[in-house]
Amino acid sequence: MATMTYRQALRDTLRDEMLRDENVFVMGEEIGVFEGSYKITEGLLKEFGPKRVRDTPIAEEGFVGAAIGAAMLGLRPVVEIMTINFSLLALDQIVNHAAKIYGMFGGQCSVPMVIRTPGGGGQQLGATHSQNVELFYSFIPGLKVLAPSTPAEASSMLRAAIRDDDPVLFLENLALYNTRGEVPDDLEPAEIGRAAVTRPGTDVTIIAYSRMAHVAAEAADKLATDGISAEIVDLRSLRPLDRETVVESVRRTGCAVVAEDDWLTYGIGAEIAATIQEGAFDHLDAPVRRVAMAEVPLPYSKPLELAALPSAESLVTAVRDTVRATGR
Amino acid sequence: MIVDAARGAPLGTDAQSPPPELVQLLTPEGERVEHPEYDVNLTPEEIKGLYRDLVIVRRIDTEAVALTRQGELGIWASLLGQEAAQIGSAHALRTGDMAFPSYREHGVAWCRGVDPLDLLGLFRGVNHAGWDPKAHNFHLYTIVIGSHALHATGYAMGIQRDGAENAAIVYFGDGATSQGDVNEAFVWSAAQNAPIVFFCQNNQWAISEPLERQSRIPLYRRAEGFGFPGVRVDGNDIFAVLAVTRKALDNARSGQGPTLIEAFTYRMGAHTTTDDPTRYRLQSELESWKLKDPIERLKAYLVKNEMADREFFDAIDAEAKQVGSDLRRRCLELPDPEPTAIWENVYATEHSLLAEERDQFTSYLASFEDVSR
Ligand SMILES: Cc1ncc(C[n+]2csc(CCOP(=O)(O)OP(=O)(O)O)c2C)c(N)n1
Ligand SMILES: [Mg+2]
Repeated sequence: MATMTYRQALRDTLRDEMLRDENVFVMGEEIGVFEGSYKITEGLLKEFGPKRVRDTPIAEEGFVGAAIGAAMLGLRPVVEIMTINFSLLALDQIVNHAAKIYGMFGGQCSVPMVIRTPGGGGQQLGATHSQNVELFYSFIPGLKVLAPSTPAEASSMLRAAIRDDDPVLFLENLALYNTRGEVPDDLEPAEIGRAAVTRPGTDVTIIAYSRMAHVAAEAADKLATDGISAEIVDLRSLRPLDRETVVESVRRTGCAVVAEDDWLTYGIGAEIAATIQEGAFDHLDAPVRRVAMAEVPLPYSKPLELAALPSAESLVTAVRDTVRATGR
Repeated sequence: MIVDAARGAPLGTDAQSPPPELVQLLTPEGERVEHPEYDVNLTPEEIKGLYRDLVIVRRIDTEAVALTRQGELGIWASLLGQEAAQIGSAHALRTGDMAFPSYREHGVAWCRGVDPLDLLGLFRGVNHAGWDPKAHNFHLYTIVIGSHALHATGYAMGIQRDGAENAAIVYFGDGATSQGDVNEAFVWSAAQNAPIVFFCQNNQWAISEPLERQSRIPLYRRAEGFGFPGVRVDGNDIFAVLAVTRKALDNARSGQGPTLIEAFTYRMGAHTTTDDPTRYRLQSELESWKLKDPIERLKAYLVKNEMADREFFDAIDAEAKQVGSDLRRRCLELPDPEPTAIWENVYATEHSLLAEERDQFTSYLASFEDVSR
């Protein structure tokens, strides 16, 4: 067992997987000599050389497309896209090709590729560099979308993603790279598609993932001092979605708030709210609430950005209102 | 050199040393030389004006870097070393021409009459591009690499449709030439014979990626395959940049279609204030480019030709210093926007969802004021 950052957990896992399977290689902008914009590939070029650590031109559609080709022939590319915003330039390759090839080739050839990419606002990077568009990928049959929130999950889920035979969008978060946590030695690959109850509680369920799982924990601490016991479900996998864990929790607590780091309308919270009403309608004592970003392109200005992002405070308020609405 | 076996086959042409086809009118030593195709005819006053712009934009840039280090701006992409490429090309523009910058074109902004305070405000996060793109014919900064090459192409087609005698110029870097958008802009503007100049500042680096990783041939030669001329110009030679850009713009305006200009220059500073170039490039490379400094070169020319004296240079330095300190003061005085400003520029027209959200948010904020009273 070692305590390490989310960044270190990703880096060590990448290295382990490269040592384990010589078909695993990494590719992306600035990942070799520069060791990655967020230093996830630190030391890898030195250790594995340029055949397995490939710096690419600034051509996201190009290198994602090339990774698909490599994956079809049995390699296991782990592509880094500098931020999820730039994955939009590769949308056709991801959605029309990575996600479709297995089906359209009649199951003869899969695409065992991982796209690692961070999302996340709050870093003062402006509207085009601060988005959380994992929703686009979570919508697509043929893709898997993972979103770990702790170093241990980052490690076990990246391991699983690399060994999986399908294309996986692996969502990291800029605000999580420096967070620390324990990572057990010899961690097994995670089971893809399992949510987790990360904090048991009795009064209300908060559903979150990635950075918002931490915001939820902060909110739950505050709520505890008010005598509200919040249970947290960390989704961890957006596709496949573990509906069962969400529904079971809400059946126990009788009310729910979804916390998401992107826009509300048509968002992941909407999917969770629908899941809850389908699976736990008779157990609900109050309407499901959602806490999300203001529906604006994220401002570059620090105070404006903070005003637009969901916070522990706004979550606490929503949870209090929800619990009050139950009339308990 | 940092050795990297995955770069592909060895380059036919060494991208690091300027090959003979480089257009140059002023040597690094400030010696005026002839070129069979290009020339400039400038009065001493005009040349001194160019010198003034070079010095002032370098000073603005230095001030912005310092302000960023002191936490007053969020980030800044320095133009250090690229002054001649920017000032030279911008001086070739006519008022009606439209310039599409990426994010380093502070020198072009200066020549288009944009108050540098507006650039600083952008990176301080108090406005989103405080300048009016139509008033200055200088578009907004674009940070997603290469996208604006297509915007410029569309704009140029608009000029064509209007039958106007203007052109569009789009600025991008060597790294951007790898993007699909830039190549699509080449394809379409060539097929349409659009009045556009593609101005690529090849500053040798795309963050930590050297040019060899993006291209096997000199960038300007790519143009031929797309069906329009490509020219490589010494980007640190303001005369040559001015002459080459003027000709390209004239060609565009007179119905001869696009040109790709590769301004061969060097990013003397970091990629942005968050970058540390010593991690990936050699100090000796920087030292060799310092000998080709665009400002020193023009200064040497002015001195050699007795066009300017000590007094002139001192006056310019004093003026630049003044511009810098005024800018710093005005920057520090910029107020933070009100939180409700987030709702202001989402749609050009009213949107019901947004109005609802804005009202909720405003009353949420007001609830805090009530408590504090
Ligand atoms: C689509 C996209 N991919 C990646 C980035 C990250 N990025 C910002 S600047 C840059 C390098 C650009 O290099 P170049 O085009 O040579 O311009 P320079 O910065 O040297 O002026 C990269 C990769 C981005 N902004 N947009
Ligand atoms: Mg460059």
